[in-house]
Amino acid sequence: MASVDYAARTRPRPQIITGEPRGGEKGWTSWVTTTDHKKIGIMYLWTVAVFFVLGGVEALLIRVQLGAPDNTLISPEKYNQLFTMHGTTMIFLVVVPVWAGLANYLLPLMIGARDVAFPRLNAWSYWMFLFGGIALYASLLWTPPEAGWFSYVPLSTSEYSPSGGQDAWIFMAHLTGLSSMLGAVNFICTIQNMRAPGMGWGRMPLFIWTILIYSYLIVLALSSLTATVTMLLADRHFGTNFFDPTEGGSALLWQHLFWFFGHPEVYIFVLPAFGVFSEVLPVFARKPIFGYKAIAAATAGIAFLGMLVWAHHMFSTPSATIVLAFFMLSSFVIAVPTGVKIFNWLATLWRGTIELRVALLYAVGGIGTFTIGGITGIFLAVFPVDWQLTDTYFVVAHMHYVAFGGSAFAMFAALYYWFPKLSGRMLSESLGKVSFWLTLVGFHTTFLVQHSAGLSGMPRRIYEYSGGTLHVYNLISTVGAFIIALGVLVTIFNVTRSLRSGTKAGPDPWKANTLEWFTTSPPPEHNFDAVPRVRSVEPMKDYRRQVEELTGAEQRFEAGRPMANV
Amino acid sequence: MERRPLSRLLPRAIAAALAAILVAAAPASAGWLLPEAGGGSKNAEDIRTLYALILVLAVIVFVGVEGVLIWCLVKFKASKGRVAAQIHGNTRLEIGWTVGAAVILVFLTIVTFIMLPGIKNPPASDIDADGNPISASNAAFAATDQSAPPEGARMNIKVDGQQYVWQYTYPDLDGKENVYAYTDMYVPVGMTVTLDIASNDVQHSWWIPKLGGKADALPGYVNKTWFKATEPGRFPGQCAELCGRNHANMLANVIALPYDEWKAWYDRQAAELDEAEQAAAEGRARLAEEEPDQAAGAESE
Repeated sequence: MASVDYAARTRPRPQIITGEPRGGEKGWTSWVTTTDHKKIGIMYLWTVAVFFVLGGVEALLIRVQLGAPDNTLISPEKYNQLFTMHGTTMIFLVVVPVWAGLANYLLPLMIGARDVAFPRLNAWSYWMFLFGGIALYASLLWTPPEAGWFSYVPLSTSEYSPSGGQDAWIFMAHLTGLSSMLGAVNFICTIQNMRAPGMGWGRMPLFIWTILIYSYLIVLALSSLTATVTMLLADRHFGTNFFDPTEGGSALLWQHLFWFFGHPEVYIFVLPAFGVFSEVLPVFARKPIFGYKAIAAATAGIAFLGMLVWAHHMFSTPSATIVLAFFMLSSFVIAVPTGVKIFNWLATLWRGTIELRVALLYAVGGIGTFTIGGITGIFLAVFPVDWQLTDTYFVVAHMHYVAFGGSAFAMFAALYYWFPKLSGRMLSESLGKVSFWLTLVGFHTTFLVQHSAGLSGMPRRIYEYSGGTLHVYNLISTVGAFIIALGVLVTIFNVTRSLRSGTKAGPDPWKANTLEWFTTSPPPEHNFDAVPRVRSVEPMKDYRRQVEELTGAEQRFEAGRPMANV
Repeated sequence: MERRPLSRLLPRAIAAALAAILVAAAPASAGWLLPEAGGGSKNAEDIRTLYALILVLAVIVFVGVEGVLIWCLVKFKASKGRVAAQIHGNTRLEIGWTVGAAVILVFLTIVTFIMLPGIKNPPASDIDADGNPISASNAAFAATDQSAPPEGARMNIKVDGQQYVWQYTYPDLDGKENVYAYTDMYVPVGMTVTLDIASNDVQHSWWIPKLGGKADALPGYVNKTWFKATEPGRFPGQCAELCGRNHANMLANVIALPYDEWKAWYDRQAAELDEAEQAAAEGRARLAEEEPDQAAGAESE
């Protein structure tokens, strides 16, 4: 009883006065009918979590099959369905919508707005995403698709894939594509028009910069995909011959159109991850982000160049050398702004006072892992070398270093960083650290040896292989996959535990820099009672200083350093 | 004073040492560290050299970035009394690392284009069309009138990918026509083999790791690649592009034999194909006598 520190509780804090105007609706109807960006955001994130687990289980089944040579556990048909579902799920239903979900929740809060520009459209985006996912998974009841997540023709045409699974895949691409495009238009309008007074382009949080660029990329790339899969649907059912060479079509056309979407897609799922790194690092290093303008410019630069590199997925197709050379050079050029970002993050940590919170660990682990994926990307960009590496486990390793190292690690960093805001409760730091180390060690155990498997001649997407060194590599990889699963399970346990009994977070547990920490956790339906004003890229730091000047109450950073020294 | 040259020399020394290790240990490290080679085909060897070179640069960048990252976490960990430096940026530094990254890539571009012809263009064969070795030392002994020009001897094989087998159609020799084989591609040692790669169903990808890179087989296109096995041996590979349920079992082997042995195989294969063809023709003829209608149907199929 005596230990309650009332003085600390009543100490002035920078927080806008907020209150619920109504009691707040409860029950499942309040979720189904909601247009509140926060509720929609949470529905996105839970849906993504479910698909992440499903995709993870598929990955584990794949790894179990490959754990032993000449394994007969899973039939070739089922195996092809597994990796098609795994790839499709992780790309279309996890790493892209997770940023739509997070941006849904955070975007209006971070720019000091009440909601997104078109709340009903926003709700529609979510439901289309959900139904896209259900369309794909409903095929489990019949025959799931089995032509791979990029569904190359002619294998995906009705002649070679007559089952409805391929059509389910097409409808999934249609629904999630439309969902993403409408969501992107919504984000663009919100960012362009609804920023709080004083938040010019140069004061916008870097996560919002990446969401803006992500949205433009979605509008450009997903429209291409939606058209492309419609062509496939027409070829399959309506007698057109876009992709049939015997009728004047071209099988190569699919690859160009698909990768014109497919490569920007990589930046669609990795740029917001970069945004998360750029938000988390300065907070826990207690230092401003190094080179704000360079990072924002690099984001735009990567997105522009990302539209010009698609054929580096196609170096072994019949193409002229000049085409190969162009796409090698454009892929090289994109490494420069990516490198700039990594160097800026390092410089942000340099001479900071780094607090090794779980969010920071995931961010740093993500940067370190993504760097390896970036470096192996250079090998693949050199087209003569790519002739050896493409379509092998080297590529599988590379893309997982990029997608898991970039996007999934950032996903966990974002979870540990923003969970207090979303739920009002803290996650356990010690469980989080266990989860982080398991995931990091598991990840590198799984994927580092896959480079060697690829160099030793193991192609992608084979359901069996003969023994020898390939068995050693694959066994290590399988063990690693289960370590990752364990790490993810610890975080799932952490989340369910904290939702019930986590410590109360308060409005700003991290002493962070951006506006979402200016309101209660979780925020009321209308976010802010008054419109916040922005005078720098770190408005919360300004507010803390202001409170200190007005009240004389010392505002501290976590490390015990008073504001005045800043 | 003595420190500065050392700090400058160190990265170079590390790079040189790494390069030396990679080159010296190339055969041993093939597979786990470097792409496979070893069939004596120059394209595979050159790709491996290019890969090793990128690997040296990659290791330096990797050690640099990860080193600084871990160093920061250890050195700048929050502790009581420490104050974070409030730095917002440094234009010179930022321009510096942008240019630095660009320079590495320009260097890689130049090296790639220097090495490209050796990987892409088929070289001259070591033997002529009749299997006689072509070399400076040989020219003194062999009948000079028989030696073909270096570009002369070349064997073009048509590779046809089908679910789930590779078919090879050989050039016509000694009046034998349309000699073909499946899965195992027999070639003469020292002969430059050019491949015309096509598919008549879905997409496949031709790949024999020890003899160079992949070439996709797409219906409606003819893709080209080459190899020259300079040592006899069996070089395994398999289809590298998902082509359906039995993609994993679409195997291919290149079997390099001395020319005489290869020629014997070719003749035997041609004879066997002839026999099979005749047997089939007899079967059809017999069928035509017994059940004319059905046979006509079978013929037209």
